[in-house]
Amino acid sequence: MASTIRVRATSSGDTTEVQALIQHPMDSGFVKDAKGETIPPHFIQELTFEYDGKSVFVADWGAAVSKDPYVKFSFKGGKKGDDLKISWVDNKGATDTTTAKIQ
Amino acid sequence: MTTTHNGLSPTRRLILQGAATVALVGLGNIPFSLAQAFAAANDKYPEDAFRAKSDADAIKSLYGKTAEPSDKVKLDAPEIAENGGVVPISVSTSLADVTSISFLVSENPNALAASYKIPASTMPSVANRLKMAKTSNVIAIVEAGGKLYSATKEVKVTVGGCGG
Repeated sequence: MASTIRVRATSSGDTTEVQALIQHPMDSGFVKDAKGETIPPHFIQELTFEYDGKSVFVADWGAAVSKDPYVKFSFKGGKKGDDLKISWVDNKGATDTTTAKIQ
Repeated sequence: MTTTHNGLSPTRRLILQGAATVALVGLGNIPFSLAQAFAAANDKYPEDAFRAKSDADAIKSLYGKTAEPSDKVKLDAPEIAENGGVVPISVSTSLADVTSISFLVSENPNALAASYKIPASTMPSVANRLKMAKTSNVIAIVEAGGKLYSATKEVKVTVGGCGG
């Protein structure tokens, strides 16, 4: 299965800029479907970026993060060709993990 | 198999328990206490803060203190959001020793939207996209040197993001 996570990590020498786009419904639990039934909450709760065995960025998300969430941050260090590991877990316990090469 | 950081994965828990048991039998309980320290270092998902209705309650639950407004916190959000379902919001700060950055939308059913842990080597700057139920203040909280700083901006929403 194709990964739900798309990442672009770009090194500019001293720092690495990371942009991630994840496919996820991020249902808030406040929206009703066409039949008027509430769509139960289903959203990513934790998203972690690891570089060189250490967390460089940890996101705790609520249901107010948009569908197919996007996030951008930068960290010091990171070399071209090195691995960046990204994983998420949602409120139903589903997870996905991927590894991206820093460009 | 994927691994997670809040211990939700049954496999990982089994492996950890197994490792701890082996260590107890073999080497006394020093590795076991290391495993506990490791688990404690992975801060748990702040469930209560995300359930809080008001921005003040969410900040109190998340940090246990109140924030003071600071012009060193730069909150970037549109004046008007045509689609409340996708509002691009970013925060950066010139403050030093930043340990976390959080986003709150005051008028949402649950005010806290996202909270980011910023390790020492990571820049204190985050961009993301949030849902807004209606026109509301957006609050950015920056935790730096153990203190809380905030910036607030009103974003007008013409179409709500919560199917209202």
